[in-house]
Amino acid sequence: MFDYENLRLIWWALLGVLLIGFAIMDGFDFGIAALLRVLGRNDDERLVLLETIEPTWEGNQVWFILGGGAVFAAWPMLYAVSFSGMYLAIALVLLAFILRPVGFNFRGKVHDARWRNLWDWVLVGSGVVVMLITGVAFGNLFLGVPFQFDGDLRMSWHGGFFELLHPFALIAGLVSLSMLLAHGACWAALKADQLIAERAARLARWFTLIYVLVYVLAGIWLAYGIPGYAIVGPVVTDGPANPLFKAVARGGSWFASYLQQPWFWAAPVLALLGAIGVQLTVGKRGLAGFLCSSLMVAGTILSAGFALFPFLLPSSLDPRSSLTIWDASSSRGTLLLMLGVTTVFMPIIIAYTSWVYRVMRGRVTLEHVRNSDHTY
Amino acid sequence: MIIDTDVVTLSRLQFALTALYHFLFVPLTLGLVWMLAIMESVYVMTGREVWRRMVQFWGVLFGINFAMGVATGVTMEFQFGMNWAYYAHYVGDVFGTPLAIEGLMAFFLEGTLIGLFFMGWKRLSKVKHLLVTWFLALATSLSALWILIANAWMQNPVGSAFNPETMRMEVTSFAEVFFNPVAQAKFVHTVSAGYVMGAMFVLSISAWYLLQGRNVDFAKRSMTVAASFGLAAALSVVVLGDESGYAVSENQKMKMAAIEAMWETEPAPASFTVFGIPDVQQQTTHFAVRVPWVMGLIGTRSIDTPIPGIANLVEETKGKIGNGIHAYDAMLVLREDKNNAQARAILAAHDKDLGYALLLKRFMDDPRKATPADIQKAADSTIPNVPVLFWAFRIMVACGFYFIALFGFSFWLSSKRKLDSKRWYLKLALWSLPLPWVAAELGWIVAEYGRQPWAIEGILPTALGVSSVTTGQVWTSLGGFVFFYTALAIVDAVLMVKFARKGPDGLGIWPPADTHTTPAKV
Repeated sequence: MFDYENLRLIWWALLGVLLIGFAIMDGFDFGIAALLRVLGRNDDERLVLLETIEPTWEGNQVWFILGGGAVFAAWPMLYAVSFSGMYLAIALVLLAFILRPVGFNFRGKVHDARWRNLWDWVLVGSGVVVMLITGVAFGNLFLGVPFQFDGDLRMSWHGGFFELLHPFALIAGLVSLSMLLAHGACWAALKADQLIAERAARLARWFTLIYVLVYVLAGIWLAYGIPGYAIVGPVVTDGPANPLFKAVARGGSWFASYLQQPWFWAAPVLALLGAIGVQLTVGKRGLAGFLCSSLMVAGTILSAGFALFPFLLPSSLDPRSSLTIWDASSSRGTLLLMLGVTTVFMPIIIAYTSWVYRVMRGRVTLEHVRNSDHTY
Repeated sequence: MIIDTDVVTLSRLQFALTALYHFLFVPLTLGLVWMLAIMESVYVMTGREVWRRMVQFWGVLFGINFAMGVATGVTMEFQFGMNWAYYAHYVGDVFGTPLAIEGLMAFFLEGTLIGLFFMGWKRLSKVKHLLVTWFLALATSLSALWILIANAWMQNPVGSAFNPETMRMEVTSFAEVFFNPVAQAKFVHTVSAGYVMGAMFVLSISAWYLLQGRNVDFAKRSMTVAASFGLAAALSVVVLGDESGYAVSENQKMKMAAIEAMWETEPAPASFTVFGIPDVQQQTTHFAVRVPWVMGLIGTRSIDTPIPGIANLVEETKGKIGNGIHAYDAMLVLREDKNNAQARAILAAHDKDLGYALLLKRFMDDPRKATPADIQKAADSTIPNVPVLFWAFRIMVACGFYFIALFGFSFWLSSKRKLDSKRWYLKLALWSLPLPWVAAELGWIVAEYGRQPWAIEGILPTALGVSSVTTGQVWTSLGGFVFFYTALAIVDAVLMVKFARKGPDGLGIWPPADTHTTPAKV
């Protein structure tokens, strides 16, 4: 049951869970932050928007932190190569993650329009930067990134920041941006004062429309314009974690895995069904719109992960160095222990997170914000 | 591949700055949250409104600090990958696990409850809110536990072995990693230091109110909590700091010798140098004032075990480098021919010292070609910066004893109900505010700067752990961190001072401004 091959598959699935957890839970926080000046037309309205996420954004952000820790523990090579290779892009994302908590906390501490405007724009910037860059980074996975290992498995990277801005990667960035803006707008439609909620529902429909267009465009481009990667020769699934023990060829299609595993098609179908669901339900039946946008987010990430399978990070410079789920993992012992810890704590996390959302349920009204004395 | 030493230096500078900066906020969070939990418990038990208002007021300052701790913590979690990619690859199998467990077990709870702590007052019953605060406090300390388990493994890498096929350290026993004796000593010492900081924060600001004659009852109550909590914490930080020293002497003899500026091995039991001017060139300590026996007792818990001096340790290291070169050679043979039984046996015999051969990589591509002069150079490179460690340690310890005295006196005054009777005492309490930060940062320097040149003691030299990034990239991120961290530090300080100045009275927290609240039962 828990042999090395299965553990690697399980941890590949858990990597997906972490990414989807982060995108759904923190994605709407970033969406709200980015839409702060569009949806909120005055300070009271912006306070409403902020208060819809204030009790929970900090917990949601832990999905990102945990993602970092879990990738470090389960996929140390992926952690090492991606974060050092895309150095400046990651530094920008970190900057957004540094400015966001202080923005939420410091913004309300001073009653001054210029002060609040400054932090508003910081929050808008942090939201846009994270949504866009994570999408662009994802797009680059399909293009392959320029790194190679030497015999000591020391990685060297031969490219800079601007090479990450390939048109396909930018389209992937737009997919991520439009998807999470729609998701954030769905949250506002669910939680904010009716006045803002109606505005948010309209925006959510527009963003899902754009999302569907760029998502389908990215899919077509991927099918016809971008060569895939494939392991050649025997695929060893339970060997030592050393990428140099295999051979990889470029060519073929990223959709090859969809042909081998037809059930993979469920992922893009779910994403598009989610988008249609948002169009039909947002602003009408409370929770439905938000659930549909969550489905759209989950389907999108799954569809990308399935296409890459079994690759995690292909190398355009030296295809043999590419990281796959069979050769970039931790040792079996570490994967097993981490699985045990995750199995115990994930349900507990979901339980207390749900409890917090239950306690803070209900819309945040303009009236409430005007009468509130809290110091946030 | 030759390592770019500029990238190493810049990356180290960036890591040190971001870690020291993060550590300005974390210990205060660790301490203050327990003060809040104690105050709220008193509120729930006595029903007196003033205690709830104390939680709210100190909570405002706690919130500002917490945001900075979270903001600067994100950098730490990702910097290992960004700047220390080979480190991340080489030890991620072991080191990543406690970081991930920290997220699952502690930080998730902390992050989820913090919002409820601030915004749940009206939505939760008294007892439920108290539980939120307690779990928040518990999660904060648990978070420290897992981070220090990871850190302790860098100081004392137990429960793992080198795997030549994957070119990295892999776990052999998680029990050994989790129950690392260094981790236990470090955990209690570090969280106690945080508790001292939290207590000093409340004590100093309250003393300031008493000096101004404002918020008198509010401040006296706060000081009473701070005095008792602070005294317990200060005693534990010194006693358990000694335990930490004992743990260091067991496995990091070089760090111990450097802290003591002990150039030669002394006959047991060694004396403790209270004062002196360490001279690196001459390898001696001028004007040394020594107390006989003390060092031997602290370091070895015996009167007949000698503590090795720096010169002897360098000689020992030369031997280990020699063994390491054999291991390195065998590793290369195995890479070409993984069934070579002879090479496998050599590697198994010497892989504990493989890291010592890697020390040579700073100077040459192939350690097998090292001359005796190269080996001497590599062995000398294992001596940390003696004067810095010597002084950082002594100032930290002096601070520790001062905290015991100050909190002891505060405790005595509060039990006599005379906290506001002596202005000199209140001034002293106010001006002592920066000292816990001085002690905490110096403690970090002793522990981490004292670990150099190793990233993982005896396993991986720091210089080798670096990423293949350019100096331009690291300059950019370093510049960005320095700029934004400085800006945020200024804003943080201004807000802290602003809200401390306003005080419970100015903020309308106490006495209550709204008429809905029942009149105070002070």
